[in-house]
This record gives sequence, structure tokens and C-alpha cells, in this order.
Amino acid sequence: MKEGYEVIYQKPKTLTDKRMHYCPGCIHGIMHKIFMELIEEMDLQEKTVGVCPVGCSVFAYDYMDVDMQEAAHGRAAAVATAIKRMLPDRIVFSYQGDGDLAAIGTAETLHACNRGENFLFIFINNGIYGMTGGQMAPTTLNEQKTTTSPFGRDPKTMGSPLKMTEIVSPLEGVAFAARVSGNTPANVRKAKRVFKKALEIQQQNIGTQFVEVVSNCPSGWKCTPVESMEWIVEKAIPYYPLGIFKEPGK
Amino acid sequence: MGEIRFMKGNEALAEAAIRAGMQGYFGYPITPQSEVIEYLAAQEPNHDYTLLQAESEVASINMLYGGAAAGARVMTTTSSPGYSLMQEGVSYIACAELPCVVANVARGGPGLGTIQPGQGDYFQAVKGGGHGDYKQIVLAPNSVQEMVDHTILAFDLADKYRTPVLILSDGAIGQMMEKVELPEPVHYKQDKPWATTGKTKDRERNYITSLYIQSDDMEKKNIALQKKFRKIEENEIRYEEYMVDDAEVIITAYGVTSRTSKKIVDLARESGMKMGLHRPITLWPFPADRISELADRDNVKAFLSIEMSAGQMVEDVRLAVNGKKPTYFYGRTGGIIPTPEEVLAYVKEQIG
Repeated sequence: MKEGYEVIYQKPKTLTDKRMHYCPGCIHGIMHKIFMELIEEMDLQEKTVGVCPVGCSVFAYDYMDVDMQEAAHGRAAAVATAIKRMLPDRIVFSYQGDGDLAAIGTAETLHACNRGENFLFIFINNGIYGMTGGQMAPTTLNEQKTTTSPFGRDPKTMGSPLKMTEIVSPLEGVAFAARVSGNTPANVRKAKRVFKKALEIQQQNIGTQFVEVVSNCPSGWKCTPVESMEWIVEKAIPYYPLGIFKEPGK
Repeated sequence: MGEIRFMKGNEALAEAAIRAGMQGYFGYPITPQSEVIEYLAAQEPNHDYTLLQAESEVASINMLYGGAAAGARVMTTTSSPGYSLMQEGVSYIACAELPCVVANVARGGPGLGTIQPGQGDYFQAVKGGGHGDYKQIVLAPNSVQEMVDHTILAFDLADKYRTPVLILSDGAIGQMMEKVELPEPVHYKQDKPWATTGKTKDRERNYITSLYIQSDDMEKKNIALQKKFRKIEENEIRYEEYMVDDAEVIITAYGVTSRTSKKIVDLARESGMKMGLHRPITLWPFPADRISELADRDNVKAFLSIEMSAGQMVEDVRLAVNGKKPTYFYGRTGGIIPTPEEVLAYVKEQIG
């Protein structure tokens, strides 16, 4: 450190130095950072095992400096279930997108929640299939245009966007369910507090933790990063309201 | 002498898994193998393993992935349609090189098929089943005792080679009751430094993946996998033979049909025809070299593959015989076990 300089900000030691492949403006990087900051701050690196999905965060194990498993598309919840059952004193999380968690893996998601599997779902909902080039997701908003709904999502033939947090909250196995976003500095700080609460609940072993992140996709939405943040405020959050939906004792 | 019991094949397999030190069982009920999960559920309070009834076979095979990658000895069991559902997961497990045991107590297909025994899953078991270039060790028990022995062996081979091991049984072996001798429980010591158990300060992080997005990396992975498969072929071929020394016609059969084939050999010899039986115990690696040696013998005139399928293992027998001798096939489907009488009638008519 040069004389006269002091470190006022740095990435957590629990993130590797690997350059991320995420598109400019994507919220994935922010969520990786705040979650791994917590792993460092709560001294959980040695105890944590994560599961990454098939989707944009398929390479999450390149960035998160904890033991990780790459699951088949949609099966992160089944994989995480077994990790936690075999290693009950570890902190286990799955990091999944909307196609993974709410389309191909809906059964695994619901049943893991219903059994109250004691791991944390981090559900990144950007309403589109980013990695495969912008196709419709189960969470794509009505009338939203994607490459497979080029005239807008029509709920009459395509169904309406799934509100996963509202779906899993009533399940008895779920101890904690919340929806956050990463669209503003204030929401990023809130998200970090919510993740922390979720990890603390995991340490109490009282049920599944489910945190949905209203995310963005400038590339798939075909807009600038700033426009994508505006879309979150104007379109996404009105349909996917933020807040804590379920927590112990309340 | 170990403990002697009179047991059903499926229950013997379950008891053997407990004695092999299994730590996690993940499964979904399906006939004719549901006794495995039922037995394990009843025994769970007396042992240390975890049992979970999954929401589907898709989930249970992926639970196997997660549990194996966490370093545990894990198993699932199923029957044919359920095994079809697992194929994507088996491919991932093979590529990620995770040790685990899967048993397919096979029934007749295709489709929903019948709950009667079948051998129509041979191709799926030995040729890959899932996508991409992979192999798995396939053991084919033909008795309740072998349900026990192969289960113990399967866990050891899985750990030794970091590979999925499939026990390809059938509904007849799974449902029949026989006397078995059970081994003492194994004192399994986990030594899996590659497992994802939490990144301690003394090592880099472990990650388990089957993703190699760069072509060079994917090819390198494939070359390494193929090298492992060749090593397994060198070391792990198993078979059993019955009266092949002077045989003119050699039956090839596995599983339940290898039992009736012994009777066929005896009846044929009573009527003056010198028959013998070659029974592959490992369906992969396949005892191709041994069959090729038998085909070179002057006394051997023909081979006959007897299967409860429309003709699957016979293709591997033909590849091994390589045109040196004629290779015949007799099969029944629908869960029907070929009787010695009908096979002998076929032999007299076709082979003479």
C-alpha cells in the first residue's frame, strides 16, 4: 500500500480473481459479490458448499471461492438436498435462474421446499433466458417480447408469469421467503441484509430459505443497463413486489 | 460363515447396501423393486444412513450426484421406466466421475410395458443410455446371493474408479427368495480429497462439474475418461462358465436366463448334444476376448444367445465371435422366461 493511501473498498477474499463473463450491467455480479461478502464476514467459507445451475450463472464456481457443484439443468434443488442431508453441519445454497428453478426444475424446487430442506435458494429472476439468447422464461412478463414470444407474451396461450416466492411461501417447510432486487444501492444493501437473515435461519435448522432477486438482462431485453434498471422499477417490481413474505415467528 | 437368512432378492440387495456402509439412499417406488426402499425405510432407525423418498427418478439420480460429490456412499434403485428417466443424470455422473451405485431391477418394455421381468434394458445399460461417450460398470446378478455380493462389489468398484456402477438385475431375481449368506458390515473409511465438503484453509476449492465448454478441454476430458474405461476393461471382466470344455454349442446368457440355460445344457447333454454355457457377470466390460477364444476352438460349432429381449446382448456376442462361428439368438419378451423345452426345440431345428 502506497503511503498516504488506504483501502476503502475491495472485493471479498471469497471471490476469485477470475474475470466474470457476465454482460455489462448485469445484476449477477452484484449478487455474487454481496453473497460472498457475507460468506467472508460470517466466516463461513470453510463450511459452505454451493450448487450452480445451467443458465448464465453456470460458471459461478469459477468466481465463488467455496466448494461447489455444477448441477444438471433444473436439478440444483435435488443436488443441494443430498449435499445437506449428507453434510448437515455445512451451509448449503443453490444459485439458480428462472428457467432452471421455475420451468425445468419446478418439481425439484417445490418438493425441496415442501420437505423443508435446510438450504438457501438464491433465485435470480430476470424474466428471460439470457444464456441461450433471450427466449421466453416462465417469469417473462405478459406482453413482454422475447425471441420465442416475438409479439409479446400472450397469457391465453403461454400462461402468466409465475410468482415463485408467493407459490413457495405458504408451504410449511419454508421458514423464510423474500424477494429483493439489485437495481439501486439501497436495494443492494437490503438484499445483503436479507441474505444474512437467510443464512442465520439456516444455522437454526428450521426450514428452507428462499430468496428471489428481481434481476435484469440488458442483452436479452435489448436495452441499455440504465434502461433495464428503469424496466425493473416500472414493470418488474409492480408484478413482483419486494419484501419479506415469510419469516420465523411472524 | 456369515449370517444365513432366507431373503427376497430386493431385500437382500438392500441389506447388503447397509452392510457396505451406504450413507445415503435416494429413490422412488416402482414395481418390481419397491421392496428395496421399503426395507431400507423400515431399517433406517437401526442404522446411520439417510433415506429420502424423492419426487421422481429424475430427482433421485441428481440427489445421487449431490450426495456422491459430497463424498458419501450413495445408492438408488429403480426399474426400467425409472431408469430411463435417470439417463441424463447418469451421463453427468459419469462425466463428473462420481462414485455411486444404481440398481435396475428390470421389467419388460418398451413403454409402460409389464411389471414382469425383462432384459430389454441391456443396450441402455452397456451402450451408454444417456448422451455422450461414457461407460459404466454393469454387474448382472443371477441369484439372491449375488444381489448381496454384487452390491458390496459395486460400492467398492464405484469408489475405486470414481464411476457409477449399475446392478442390472431383473424382476425374477428381485422377487425370488433364496438362502443367502450375509457378510459382516464393512468398515468403510472415506478417503475422497476431491469431494465438496467445504474449502478448508489447507486446500484450493473443490468443484464438481461436467462442463468443459472449450473444445480442447472437452476432448482432454474424453481422452482421460476413455483411458479409465480401458483400465476397467483390463481389470474388471467377470464371467462364469459351465461345461464349455468340450462344448459344440455355447449358450450365452445373463441374469435369470443364465439359470434356465444351465438346465438347457443338462437336458441337451442327456440327449447327446454337447452344450455349454458362458455367462457374462460384467455386461460392461464385456468378456469379448474370452468369447473370441471360445470361438477359435475347433470343437465349438455355434453360439446361441438366450435373452428376455428381442436380441440385444447377441450383438456383443456377434462382435466378439467376429464371424468365426455362426451365432444364433433365441428370445422371448413380455416377461416370459424361455423354457428349456422350447429352446431345445429351436436348437434341434436351427442348429441341428
